[in-house]
Amino acid sequence: MTELKTDTITVNMGPQHPSTHGVFRLILTLDGETVIDVEPVVGYLHRNHEKIGELNNWIQNTPFTDRLDYISPMSNEFAYVLAVEKLAEIEPPERARYIRIIMVELNRIVNHMIVVGFLLNELGCFFTPMFYCIRWRELVMDLYEMTAGSRMMPNYFWIGGVAADLPPRFLPECKELVAALPGFIDELERLITDSEIVQMRCKNVGVLPPDVAVAYGCTGPLLRASGVPYDIRRAEPYSIYDRFDFDVVVGTVGDVYDRYLVRIEEMRQSVRIVEQALRDLPEGETATPKKRKFMPPEGDVYHRIEAPKGELGFYLVSDGSEQPYRYKIRAPSFVNLQALPYMCKGYKIADVVVNIGSIDITMGEVDR
Amino acid sequence: MTAQETFEALAARFPQFELEYVEGKDPAVLVKGENLLELAQHLKTEEGYDYCASVTGVDYEDRFEAVYHLYSTNKKGGPVILKVLAAREDPEVPSVVSIWPGANWQEREVWDLMGIRFTGHPDLRRILMWEGFEGHPLRKDFPGMKDEYTFSQPSGEQEHD
Repeated sequence: MTELKTDTITVNMGPQHPSTHGVFRLILTLDGETVIDVEPVVGYLHRNHEKIGELNNWIQNTPFTDRLDYISPMSNEFAYVLAVEKLAEIEPPERARYIRIIMVELNRIVNHMIVVGFLLNELGCFFTPMFYCIRWRELVMDLYEMTAGSRMMPNYFWIGGVAADLPPRFLPECKELVAALPGFIDELERLITDSEIVQMRCKNVGVLPPDVAVAYGCTGPLLRASGVPYDIRRAEPYSIYDRFDFDVVVGTVGDVYDRYLVRIEEMRQSVRIVEQALRDLPEGETATPKKRKFMPPEGDVYHRIEAPKGELGFYLVSDGSEQPYRYKIRAPSFVNLQALPYMCKGYKIADVVVNIGSIDITMGEVDR
Repeated sequence: MTAQETFEALAARFPQFELEYVEGKDPAVLVKGENLLELAQHLKTEEGYDYCASVTGVDYEDRFEAVYHLYSTNKKGGPVILKVLAAREDPEVPSVVSIWPGANWQEREVWDLMGIRFTGHPDLRRILMWEGFEGHPLRKDFPGMKDEYTFSQPSGEQEHD
């Protein structure tokens, strides 16, 4: 028998590829179908967000953060206003704090719905599960629209509170949604979790051991699926998260399947938090008196939150003027993406796309 | 442990480093560039700060400052913040990628946008701006404010007619 002559080849994937979640390029080194190396190339959506943030004034940056991770705008605003409030020592009223938690946890559900839907897309089950999930996202978007006036770019969080009180229709509709969500999540699980194809494609694919995940600085569901119970809502509670009862969901193996399961379970936990926040929602003011000219004192702060994708942090430096002196965003997608080469090595080409989907990236946030 | 106590413990452990305490809303430890790696290694292996959340740079016009936010995935509580000063001309800071691999892309980003060179970095290339781009846009003296910036083609590519 003659020995087969084999050689590795380099294949370019992207920047325009349907499954790369935006304009994102990969340089793959392949040995047949097996991936030897992956080099992610980012920056196609770069617009120097941080430089523009230094030209905007403090208040103008709140709507600007919506454009980072456009799937979860409320979380971006939350991280930014908390950082500014820490800098300027502003305490928002109680009612505003509860409203913020409701918005942000609904946002987490939306984000995880989209991730689960896209994951099935990437496995080849085109758009049926996606639209199944998006239908529920629409209901949350309706709630955003009636409160903030916009579905995707709400600009609802203000420094010192929220832009407006909840409209009268919000509470009954939100309660109805929250009551129906667990049933839908169960249904989604019945359709996907036990599917033999999903299990064959996802189990033991893209395994990320806990020590590697921590070394790469991974956070969010990606880290927790590897079995590290690190949730900033627990590790360093911010806002009023210490008042709510919820579980930190962890996986065991750290493969694509665990990341899917963690997200499903996190949706249930978010429903629990929203239920508690709706139950305890106090009456009262929703914002501290607004200022036309907002100038925080000099200093620098870092504030981070558990965004749906991981740790979203803002490092702000103020020189006492109307504009931030430095406006740095620690984006979860950007840092988590570093683990992609590790996750792909040794697996097949078809698994690369599934791995990208399981990390959950938004290029608006990676490239900034 | 408060930031003050953390600083005192570190200062007692490394008296030769002449660490300084930086007051502020988030108090930080100011460390000299040449001592950064040893201090970082100690924080990771002895104190359990296994997670480097954020690496960033700030341009203060007379100097650059590299800022590190370190957390532990095992312990609760706030960060240890390290600050390293670098000269305005040709700034250099040692890379911490050998200690926290997750700092890799963030250091590349700081090099790309701020122009702080991380010595010992395994692959210090631009990450967000394109290859052949000149300058570091997040510097305060970079043209760009008030339309001062003129776009130039990256070298090696032909202009389109």
